[in-house]
Amino acid sequence: MVAATLQRHTDQARGASLHAEAVSHAFDIRGAPLPVLDQVSVTVAPGGFVALLGPSGCGKSTLLRLVAGLEPPDQGVITVGGQLVEGPDPSRLLVFQDPTLYPWRTVRGNVALGLEAQGVGRADRAARIDRALGLVGLSAFADAYPHQLSGGMAQRAALARALVNEPRLLLLDEPLGKLDALTRLAMQAEILRLWQEKRFTAVLVTHDVEEALILAERVIVLSDRPAAIRAELPVEAPYPRHRDDPDLVRLRRTILEILGQVT
Amino acid sequence: MSGSITAVTAARVAAARAHVPVPPWRVLAAGTVWLALAGLTLALPETGDFPRTAAFAHGAAVIGLGLLPLGLLGARLGGFGARLQHWSPWLAALAIALVAWEVVTAKFCLLPMPFFPPPQAILEVFLDDWPRLGGSTLNSLILLAGGYAIGAGFGFVLGVAIGTSKAVGYWAHPVLRFVGPLPATAWLPLAFFVFPTSWSASTFLVALATGFPVTVLTWSGVAGANKAYFDVARTLGASPSFLVLRVAVPAALPHVFVGLFMGLGGSFAVLVVAEMLGVKSGLGWYLQWAQGWAAYANMYAALIVMALMCSSLITLLFRLRDRLLAWQKGLVQW
Repeated sequence: MVAATLQRHTDQARGASLHAEAVSHAFDIRGAPLPVLDQVSVTVAPGGFVALLGPSGCGKSTLLRLVAGLEPPDQGVITVGGQLVEGPDPSRLLVFQDPTLYPWRTVRGNVALGLEAQGVGRADRAARIDRALGLVGLSAFADAYPHQLSGGMAQRAALARALVNEPRLLLLDEPLGKLDALTRLAMQAEILRLWQEKRFTAVLVTHDVEEALILAERVIVLSDRPAAIRAELPVEAPYPRHRDDPDLVRLRRTILEILGQVT
Repeated sequence: MSGSITAVTAARVAAARAHVPVPPWRVLAAGTVWLALAGLTLALPETGDFPRTAAFAHGAAVIGLGLLPLGLLGARLGGFGARLQHWSPWLAALAIALVAWEVVTAKFCLLPMPFFPPPQAILEVFLDDWPRLGGSTLNSLILLAGGYAIGAGFGFVLGVAIGTSKAVGYWAHPVLRFVGPLPATAWLPLAFFVFPTSWSASTFLVALATGFPVTVLTWSGVAGANKAYFDVARTLGASPSFLVLRVAVPAALPHVFVGLFMGLGGSFAVLVVAEMLGVKSGLGWYLQWAQGWAAYANMYAALIVMALMCSSLITLLFRLRDRLLAWQKGLVQW
C-alpha cells in the first residue's frame, strides 16, 4: 500500500510543469512580419494533458516549436519544470505530424537516435530501445526500414523514438493527422495508455474536436491567426471516455460554437 | 508503399519470364557459330601475314566445343546454366560479328588494311605486347585512383562544409560558380607549367574533374535534406557534429553517389587527354604511341582494355552504392 502510493508519487513527479506567459511570435514573410501568436498564456500542471484546438494554420504548431526550444519567442516567457526554455532539450520532445523517421536507419536505429546523441553507452541503449519498442508494439519490426512500415506503425516508431528518452514533457503536433480513421482511433487509445503509464506532461495540438475531448483533461480553444486564446474548457469525464458520453457531446457543441461552426 | 509495389511487379515479371520455355538449342546454336568461326578462319586463305590466325581459330574452337556439352546439360547446371541460356544469343551474335569482321579484313581485304586489322592481329597484341599494355593499364589505374580519391575526398568535405556552414558557403559559392563549369582539360596547359612533374599535373586535373561534380552534388544533397530531420535531432540533444555526421551526411549520400558517378566519367576523359599530352605512360599514352607507329591493332587493343577498365570501375562504384545505400532498396531504381 505504502509502496504503491510512493510509486504513484514518483511517477507523477516525472511530468514537468509548463508555463507560457504572454507569448507572441511573428514570422518574417519577405520582410513583412506575419503575426502567428498573440499574447498566448498556457499553464499545464505536472502530468497534465492539455489539448490546443484551433483551425488549421492558426499557429498552434508554432507554439509547440517555441516550447520545444527550436525557436526563441519574439515576446513572452516560457518555462518548463521551472526552468526557462532557451534551446532544445531531450526532456521536452516533439512528435510531428509526419513521423520524420530517418529512411537510412532501421526502426531500432531511429529509436536509438536520442540515446546516441546524448552519448548513452551501447549496452544501456539496447535494453532501453527494446523496452520502448515493446511499449508501442513494434518489437517485431525493429529491423525494418521506415519505407516498409504503414503510416500507423511509422507514427508508433516516432513515439518510441521520443519515449525512449523518458521525456518529462511530450509535445504532440497533430501526430494522428495523416492516419486513416480506424488507425487514428487505435492510436488515440495508445497515446492515452502511454500517458497514463508514463505520467509525462502532454500537450496535444489538433484540429479534431473529438480527439481533444477523448484525450485531454483540458481543452484550450484558439482563434484564427494570429492565435489568441478564445476559451479554456476542463473535461472532467473519467477515462476511458466514450464518444457518445452526453457531457462530451455537450462540450463538443460548445467548442464548435466557439469556433463558429455551429450557429 | 510504391517500393513494395515495384518489388511485387518485379517478382511477377521474373516469374512470368521463368515460365516461358527457353529453347534448349540456344546454347548449342551459339556453340555451332563459334565452331563455324574457327573453321572459316582456318579454311579460307588470307590476304596478309597474320602469325596468330591459328591461335585465334583454336580459341574460337575451344569456346565452341565448350558450349556444346554445356548446352546439352542445360537446366542441370542451375544458376550458371540459366545465365548461359540468357546470354547465348549474345554469344552467338559475338561470333557472327567476328565472322563478318574476319571476312571483310583478313580474308577478302574489303577494308583498307593497316587501319582495320583482323581480330587475330588484335589477339596478337594481347599475346605479344601484354607487358607494355598491362603496364600502361596499371599506370593509368594508379593515376586515376590517386586523382579520383583526392578529388572525391576533397569534393565531399567541401560540399558538406558549404551545405552546413554559412561562412564557407559565402566564400566558396561564387568561386565554385565561376571556376567550376570550366572543363578540367582547359587547365591542362597551366597545370603542366605549374606542377613540377607531369604526373602531379595529371593527378591535379583528374582530381579537379572529379571534385566539381562531387562538391556540387554533396552540397545539394545536404541543402536538400529534410529540415525536419535536423529539428528531430536537435530536440533529441544532438551536438553540431552529430547533426553534420549522422544527419546531413547520410541524408546527402544518395546525391553524393550521383556526383561520384559524374566525377568518374569526367575523370576518364581528363585522364586520357592528360596521358596523350604529357604523361609518358598509361593507356592514353599507349594510344598515342600506337598511332605514331601506325600500329592500329595496338590502338584497338588499348581501346578494348580502356572500355573494360572504365566499365569495371563504374560497376565497382555501383556495387559500393548498393552496399552503402541498401536502405534505398525498393525506393529508388537507377
